[in-house]
Amino acid sequence: MNIVKTVDAKGLSCPMPLVKTKKAIDELTSGQVLEVHTTDKGAKNDLAAWAKVSGHKLIEMKEENGVLIFLIEKA
Amino acid sequence: MTEKKRTTIILFSGDYDKAMAAYIIANGAAAYDHEVTIFHTFWGLNALRKEEQVRVQKGFLEKMFAKMMPRGADKLGLSRMHFAGIGPKLIKQVMKKHNAMPLPQLIDMAKEQGVKLVACQMTVDLLGLKQEELIDGIEFAGVAAYLADASEGNVNLFI
Repeated sequence: MNIVKTVDAKGLSCPMPLVKTKKAIDELTSGQVLEVHTTDKGAKNDLAAWAKVSGHKLIEMKEENGVLIFLIEKA
Repeated sequence: MTEKKRTTIILFSGDYDKAMAAYIIANGAAAYDHEVTIFHTFWGLNALRKEEQVRVQKGFLEKMFAKMMPRGADKLGLSRMHFAGIGPKLIKQVMKKHNAMPLPQLIDMAKEQGVKLVACQMTVDLLGLKQEELIDGIEFAGVAAYLADASEGNVNLFI
């Protein structure tokens, strides 16, 4: 997998994880993967919904020591 | 995506909490690649006021309005539990604890994301506000401009 960028949104509240993710993905090219770290529990649904609507692919979502980790492939 | 979706929000309220909700939705919609417009009218215009006092020519009534209305986003009161000004202080403390973004920063972020901020010219005049008293980078328009955006809107809110 081609993870080219990691967004650290730990400790931030809505809407910052989403805004930061969007900004980061804008800088990627199609097929590249973005890794997002957040502690905002709402992000679970937020980022999943956002990825679905904007056409990006949510490859993986896992939780490690209270940190939610998302892998999103740019469409 | 070929055609961009559109979100419009009318911010009528001058309450800190309601303005915060409006700007969070606006920032979220911008992250969804929507074209976002926030149309500020009546008390919602206070969110666009500059914090510092700007010297402008005004009549007596307009001066009274200027004094009585909150000067800028950070000065807005709460819609509930305002407690003569203690409420906003408390909520800002809680927000800090939760790392929630304060309203002034949400506005900056919205501008950075290309959200179109519009001030309703008619109510700007009505409340005796002058263009120089409002923050930079905003547009002035009326109901027709709002409707032009809203009629193409996928999400239209009144707050």
